[in-house]
Amino acid sequence: MERFADEADVVIVGGGPAGLSAAIRLKQLASQHEKELRVCVVEKASQIGAHTLSGACLEPTALSELIPDWKERGAPLNTPVTEDKFSILTEKYRIPVPILPGLPMNNHGNYLVRLGHFVRWLGEQAEELGVELYPGYAASEVLFHEDGSVKGIATNDVGIAKDGSPKDVFERGMELHAKVTLFGEGCHGHLAKQLYKQFNLRGNCEPQTYAIGLKELWVIDEKKWCPGRTEHSVGWPLNRNTYGGSFLYHLNEGEPLVALGFVVGLDYTNPYLSPFREFQRWKHHPSIMSTLEGGNRIAYGARALNEGGFQSIPKLTFPGGMLIGCSPGFMNVPKIKGTHTAMKSGMLAAESAFSKITDENLQSETAGLYIPEYEEAFKKSWIWKELYSVRNIRPSFHNYFGLYGGMVYTGIFYWILRGKEPWTLKHNGLDADQLKPAKDCTPIEYPKPDGKISFDLLSSVALSGTNHEHDQPPHLTLKDDSTQSFSCVYEYVPLETGDGMRLQINAQNCVHCKTCDIKDPSQNINWVVPEGSGGPAYNGM
Amino acid sequence: MSARVLVGVKRVIDYAVKIRVKPDRTGVVTDGVKHSMNPFCEIAVEEAVKLKEKKLVKEVVAVSCGPQQVQETIRTALAMGADRGIHVEVSGKDYETLGPLQVSKIFAALAKKEQADLIILGKQAIDDDCNQTGQMTAALLDWPQGTFASEVTLEADKLKVVREIDGGLETIKINLPAVVTADLRLNTPRYATLPNIMKAKKKKITNVKPADLGVDVSSRLEVLKVEKLKEAGRI
Repeated sequence: MERFADEADVVIVGGGPAGLSAAIRLKQLASQHEKELRVCVVEKASQIGAHTLSGACLEPTALSELIPDWKERGAPLNTPVTEDKFSILTEKYRIPVPILPGLPMNNHGNYLVRLGHFVRWLGEQAEELGVELYPGYAASEVLFHEDGSVKGIATNDVGIAKDGSPKDVFERGMELHAKVTLFGEGCHGHLAKQLYKQFNLRGNCEPQTYAIGLKELWVIDEKKWCPGRTEHSVGWPLNRNTYGGSFLYHLNEGEPLVALGFVVGLDYTNPYLSPFREFQRWKHHPSIMSTLEGGNRIAYGARALNEGGFQSIPKLTFPGGMLIGCSPGFMNVPKIKGTHTAMKSGMLAAESAFSKITDENLQSETAGLYIPEYEEAFKKSWIWKELYSVRNIRPSFHNYFGLYGGMVYTGIFYWILRGKEPWTLKHNGLDADQLKPAKDCTPIEYPKPDGKISFDLLSSVALSGTNHEHDQPPHLTLKDDSTQSFSCVYEYVPLETGDGMRLQINAQNCVHCKTCDIKDPSQNINWVVPEGSGGPAYNGM
Repeated sequence: MSARVLVGVKRVIDYAVKIRVKPDRTGVVTDGVKHSMNPFCEIAVEEAVKLKEKKLVKEVVAVSCGPQQVQETIRTALAMGADRGIHVEVSGKDYETLGPLQVSKIFAALAKKEQADLIILGKQAIDDDCNQTGQMTAALLDWPQGTFASEVTLEADKLKVVREIDGGLETIKINLPAVVTADLRLNTPRYATLPNIMKAKKKKITNVKPADLGVDVSSRLEVLKVEKLKEAGRI
């Protein structure tokens, strides 16, 4: 069955901060130069912002460059940071650490935001400029010209039953062709994964390393609410060799809302470690419980994030396409901020592409545009400088003293020398290779969730509004389904008849965090995109 | 057949979302929450489009009452195959108190204005579970009604409707013009595919105000409070 095809000047995969910033910038340039440009954004979430999850503490630098009058336009940056606290937790105590100006975790001038709402606002700005937004449609396939350059994308076929057969409502996906396609799928994008192989974009960089971020929104007792208070911690409940920490932000959005969460580096070695349960356990620390007691949890979500930084930046441009945002990965790990760099990368991609897209001499029906100017502009930008200066902080944790060694390194080399040391430390290799065999590790005794401060996984997933059309093939595919290990959606259930267990994949519960694809030691899991508009329904996460 | 069908589509909070009561207990939180077309309205649209594909009706008009956002819901109906849309503008306090009585008055007025031969609605909305709009609309127009329809067939100039009732299935024959309300088993709605969403942007949506139709949307009901049920079995 033939697919319907349509043409645009630029197609952007992913309606997040990077994709929308690129779209807005393209339209701004088009209007400035009085040119017509068709820009289409496809986004797998049912509405813009519904798959967005982040702390988040936003540095408004890129936003002010993109939309200088963001305040007048009602951007939801309602909570300037008023108090910045950093501490090392032990099981019972909290050791405050002073945040000297110049340290990456100093948040003066930044805003606490509900990133999903900010992304929604960016979407409105984009629509006003004439960008065509298509939420609810997932790009599932990259299309190529005969010469191997990227031609565009195709959305997935819908109406396929669990067993792969077409249902009555079967419809083929559609093809969107473009002169250049921008891929902004966020951390560990599934199309980006294919592109890395296709164009060997990771030949000259280290593999990407990741963390998982888990987050909840709580309405707390008004007496405990201090809007603008920004708290970060490291230490308990993680041991010194497991990278991770927490955040707790008091938002100023009308009601006493706090956004809190926990990040665990996915290079953890103990297979008994459960990031979700570490998060739940952390909330019971006396200093955290005092904030949450009497409060009510209203949302939950999770998402993988990049930690590779400078060393893991791949080649960003290839014939017919460019990578933007957290997909290639520009997160400043010690600052734990990646939104401002994602937005800037989208803007740089747009600026580099604009002159080539509108140049009549370069138009071709049979080849996508190759735009190396993007990579050059990127290397000259503040993203590059910023990521270079913090490049050694995360890898400095790979020493005997773990966390403490890392903090000492940061204090000396970053705070004093601003990252000017001449060496670049390496990461430890793929996260998937880090797990030690279970027999060499001690199981961790996690406390049972108490239903008031800590909760079980299933009720948490229910709060994310996650849903998928149930009669569709599972989107967590296995290359070889004889062995499996993982947490959220996989379980071994006893066979209905006879002995033994079989693998059950509850793809229904998937919140699209991508951690399974990253951490699986056998790299057997391949996350592919389910039917559009499935997945979590985050509201301002 | 020159028949024109009016289909009502309601924008409701998506069924998979966990509802939260507003802190002031006057209602539920809707801001930023995922909304979609009421599932029974999807079935109603599908049935109307099927009738058009069988060439039994000539035009399908999708109607929704509410603020600007309901246009997305109308677009989805257009992407499924409706020919044009009517957005009845109701916003603010009026929208919060909009209920079956006012909506049925609006539909009755529109049916006369558009000279509709058939109105298909979902049997109920999943937010208020009223199950009243179809019945009230039929009464206001003095039209026959085939509610809880699990099968609809046109036989000459009459409509044969199989209804889902407590004891099983009841088959009735009603004259046209009529009101039909869709139940779950009537059909499986098709996907609104991306090419159809794109084409739907070119289809027309007309805006109209309730006052233009001579309808007063003020409510005779006052919500005193909305509360979350205490969960059973938890300490």
